[in-house]
Amino acid sequence: MDEAANENYSSKMVFVTVGTTCFDALVKAVDSQQVKEELTNKGYTDILIQMGRGSYVPSKVTREDGSLTVDYFTFSPSIADYLKSASLIISHAGSGSIFETLRLGKPLIVVVNEDLMDNHQSELAEELAERKHLFYARPQTLHHTIQAMDLESLVPYTPGNPMPVVTLMNRFLGFPTE
Amino acid sequence: MEKESDKISCLVLPILVALVVLRVLYVLYWTGKPIQESHSLRTLIVLGSGGHTAEMLSIVNVLQKDRFAPRFYVAAATDNMSLQKARVLEESLIDQEENSRGNKIVASQFMQIYRSREVGQSYITSVGTTLIAMAHALWLTLTIRPQVIICNGPGTCVPLCVSAFIFKLLGLGWSHIFYVESIARVRRLSLSGLLLYKLLLADQLYVQWPQLQRKYPRAHHVGSLM
Repeated sequence: MDEAANENYSSKMVFVTVGTTCFDALVKAVDSQQVKEELTNKGYTDILIQMGRGSYVPSKVTREDGSLTVDYFTFSPSIADYLKSASLIISHAGSGSIFETLRLGKPLIVVVNEDLMDNHQSELAEELAERKHLFYARPQTLHHTIQAMDLESLVPYTPGNPMPVVTLMNRFLGFPTE
Repeated sequence: MEKESDKISCLVLPILVALVVLRVLYVLYWTGKPIQESHSLRTLIVLGSGGHTAEMLSIVNVLQKDRFAPRFYVAAATDNMSLQKARVLEESLIDQEENSRGNKIVASQFMQIYRSREVGQSYITSVGTTLIAMAHALWLTLTIRPQVIICNGPGTCVPLCVSAFIFKLLGLGWSHIFYVESIARVRRLSLSGLLLYKLLLADQLYVQWPQLQRKYPRAHHVGSLM
């Protein structure tokens, strides 16, 4: 009975990634009751957390009474498969995971780590949020962001192009530019 | 006797200083102007961590491989992932090349460099480690003799660019320096970018956001790489 129910079950996974950093504030926020409630309200069914070097370990939850499941791991050589199978990504502000997610066209909430000393990372997230490519949050405001977010309002990101740099270098060095 | 030597040093010192100043000005004048005429240029590619490496490899991917050859990749000694990714890219290139033409391209080389400053290291101990990094960078410059240096922001690129500049001053070689600021820098250049910009070390400096180009007018805006 349960098996059959599971098969029909359309899962909507939220993938949370902190990269190689230690970002306990984000893991804690995702593990909080407030955020889980908002995610459930939005129809998400599973949370998978890549927790990096953090020391806060979220409590694993397996599916019982229709509640949100929670699972975690520390590192993976590539997060591409997790990004592909997720319906929503909540990420730290590193440019690597931001663009990997945007290029897959997945909805993204970037959470800025306010504990970092040189916090230039928020620049990128703020700029991309202004251009409506992603949502921007702080650990304390994550539940508000989830509650208020409208995925329809996101503007798809057009992947960049390395050719202009190479053309300028070629022109400078006197190499022919096709 | 003493008077004689005083006189000589009075004469010689200003001349030496003037020569050094002239040489510095000469090198700075030619920095930013193309002067190498060659079919292919020895290219040093400085890799950073995570996002930096992804951006750099997207550039390498579309470089004319026969022009920018041979290629030397350098990454921080604490960073294993970046060189690994570069190796994967280069191996795929060799496969392509062998399939299409049957001739082998010149093998690329992969090297590590000491980092001048680890994240969180104190400023006092970083003086010593910076000196070690500088010495190592000079050694790498001596062995690689790059004609082109492409870098995009990790701190490791500064000692390499400075040692390339020293080689230019000494007339030991000439390298063109291209600096691509990371896409993560929206409003201000990174410390590495700012140093290369202010010290006029880079031949060309590229930024990915238009507002950065307005702030640093000598930079070129190239749009997003990622």
